[in-house]
Amino acid sequence: MEPLNALVSVSNFMLIPALAYGSQLALGALGITLIFSILRFAHFAHGDTMALGTAAVIGGTWFLQARGISIDPLPTALLAIPFGILVLAAYLLAADRLVYRYYRKVKAKPMIFVMASLGVMFVTNGITRLFMGVGETRFEDGGRFLFTVREFRDWTGLTEGMALRSAQAVTIVTALVVMVVLFWFLNRTRAGKSMRAYSDNEDLALLSGINPERVVRITWVITAILLVLAGTLYGLDKGFRPFNYFQLLLPMFAAAILGGLGSPIGAIVGAYVVAFAEMGITFAWRRVFSYLAPEGMEPSAMMQLLPVDYKFAVTFAILVIVLLFRPTGIFKGKVL
Amino acid sequence: MKKMLLASTALAFAASMAVADEVKMGVLLGFTGPIESITPHMADGAEMAFREVSESGLFLGGSTITPVRADSTCVDSSAAQAAAERMISSDGVVAIMGADCSGVTMAVLQNVAMSAGIPMISPSATSPAFTTTESNGLFFRTSPSDARQGEILAGIVMERGFSEVALTYTNNDYGAGFANAFEESFLGMGGTITSKVAHEEARGDYSAEVGQLASAGGDALVILGYVDGGGSMLRTAYELGAFENFFIGDGMYGDEMISAVGEALEGTIGTIPWAEGEGADRFHEMAQEAGVQGQSSYTRESYDAAALLALAAQAAGEATPAGIAANILNVANAPGEEILPGELARGLEILANGGEVNYVGATNVELVGPGEAAGSYREYVVEGGEYVTVQFH
Repeated sequence: MEPLNALVSVSNFMLIPALAYGSQLALGALGITLIFSILRFAHFAHGDTMALGTAAVIGGTWFLQARGISIDPLPTALLAIPFGILVLAAYLLAADRLVYRYYRKVKAKPMIFVMASLGVMFVTNGITRLFMGVGETRFEDGGRFLFTVREFRDWTGLTEGMALRSAQAVTIVTALVVMVVLFWFLNRTRAGKSMRAYSDNEDLALLSGINPERVVRITWVITAILLVLAGTLYGLDKGFRPFNYFQLLLPMFAAAILGGLGSPIGAIVGAYVVAFAEMGITFAWRRVFSYLAPEGMEPSAMMQLLPVDYKFAVTFAILVIVLLFRPTGIFKGKVL
Repeated sequence: MKKMLLASTALAFAASMAVADEVKMGVLLGFTGPIESITPHMADGAEMAFREVSESGLFLGGSTITPVRADSTCVDSSAAQAAAERMISSDGVVAIMGADCSGVTMAVLQNVAMSAGIPMISPSATSPAFTTTESNGLFFRTSPSDARQGEILAGIVMERGFSEVALTYTNNDYGAGFANAFEESFLGMGGTITSKVAHEEARGDYSAEVGQLASAGGDALVILGYVDGGGSMLRTAYELGAFENFFIGDGMYGDEMISAVGEALEGTIGTIPWAEGEGADRFHEMAQEAGVQGQSSYTRESYDAAALLALAAQAAGEATPAGIAANILNVANAPGEEILPGELARGLEILANGGEVNYVGATNVELVGPGEAAGSYREYVVEGGEYVTVQFH
């Protein structure tokens, strides 16, 4: 019985990666939920706009690196985030002006908005690939690890080791800070309150003098901030490849729907549930249980519920089950 | 306008007159896709041989060879078949130097080349499946089967004292064939494989795959894949502390691997089909002169494949698919005068005079079985960010 080794092993191979992945999903899912509650449509271009924002950050990173500016040991990309946000906010506002505003004016059905966002998705997709290509771009620099497996083993003397990469630590901390700031913004500031009012009842909000176009603009800017952060953190952690960002669409939507579309707290909880389910169900528990089981009773099977290939199937199953049995999600979504 | 039309017609006519004795040969390689970093050098190698033949002025009474490039994509069988189809029916190639990855090569062979009767020499399709596939005498390869590489790699792993290893491979014909060959030999030598996991290319995160391998344990991790997925697996496994010792196959050899994986690669041991000797040295010199990266993977094999096609056509006395297919084994193996890289003109002359040649080329070509290279392998270890040769097998 070596519970400490079991804990370290499960942290290293599952808990830490899942926590980082969940944080990245949470930032993305928050954007989906915001757009859904204010603009009332499912934003399909989410994954690809995230890629575009990240591409801008990478461009900024290269610019800074070429000038020798860095914040070692932290990645230079963090410095370039404001630039990425500026580019993506401008892009999203332009997309709103050119595409979505028209449909708002004619009071189109939500499905038409969704299809319009699909069109925006393809355009964005193309623009990103034009600048970045389809291959992988790595833009992480600075110290790669807070501590490595070997260092951890030397400190603790355990047989199992654990590593914490700086990208993972930065991800988890940033996500926490952003969530706190977002809730403060929605609950305490005038702009945040007007957003909540608008999402609660459009007509009443209009009667009390809230400018709907302003609310829409604020929503896009906040979405741009969330997307650039999520995309940059994901890219620092796992490398930038446009197609992988597109594929994030499914887990992000699963997270937002699981938590309850329109509920920010739901999006966060949903994101972590999806991340831990994806990692936990496809995780081979043998090593962990061999530390927990009494002497001589160590498992010989892999103790894995599903092969690793079925990661996306897990997300999809979550989505289907939620839609079948509790379409409003855990936190009964719809309004902010 | 009329004048211009007339002029261009005349020009086209003149051009077709000038190339009346032009022989077209296909160069079907994955210029896009997972091995796009090595295919340009492979194509350069093949075209170097074609150029050498054309410039000698001795090929079939002064004919020239025009290479026709097309993209096999390495992974998309339907795209590769369409490319081969186009080469054969619209460009009129008489033989194909290619394809590269085993899966697309098999698809092109069975669905296009065999029905059209066009011979293929692949420089890099190493799946063991080709040894047993009936090709009507149309398929040859200048690279050896992975059955042999699996055996040699298993021997190296065992020799270094690792009897319990975990195994991961890229999920395609190449990876699966190689993995099976390795597993069979390794188990035969009394080793144990704790877990065998396939991985996909181009994923963002490989920690789940590595987690599974780590959970099964083992003293070393054997990775049979490409730079992209296999390299990421290696880095992830190293960073998570799952394994300390790594063994890799030929698909992961390359400078890209060192820049992509970095320090995690230190001490990694691997195999790659490689040739040494006079032929290899001579080829290296020629490549340097021509500005071709001769040290890149399968560049030598590509040169040899192209040279064999030209020599076979010369031996047949005509550049027809059937003639080439029937003479490849004759020119590749003994008896006959030994021909090294850069001596293609001499080979062509001997054949024109009714003599026999034994093409040695850059890789000591010796085609065995249904027409595949017997092959020699280089065992290398990564030290200080460089591939250092340990020995040849």
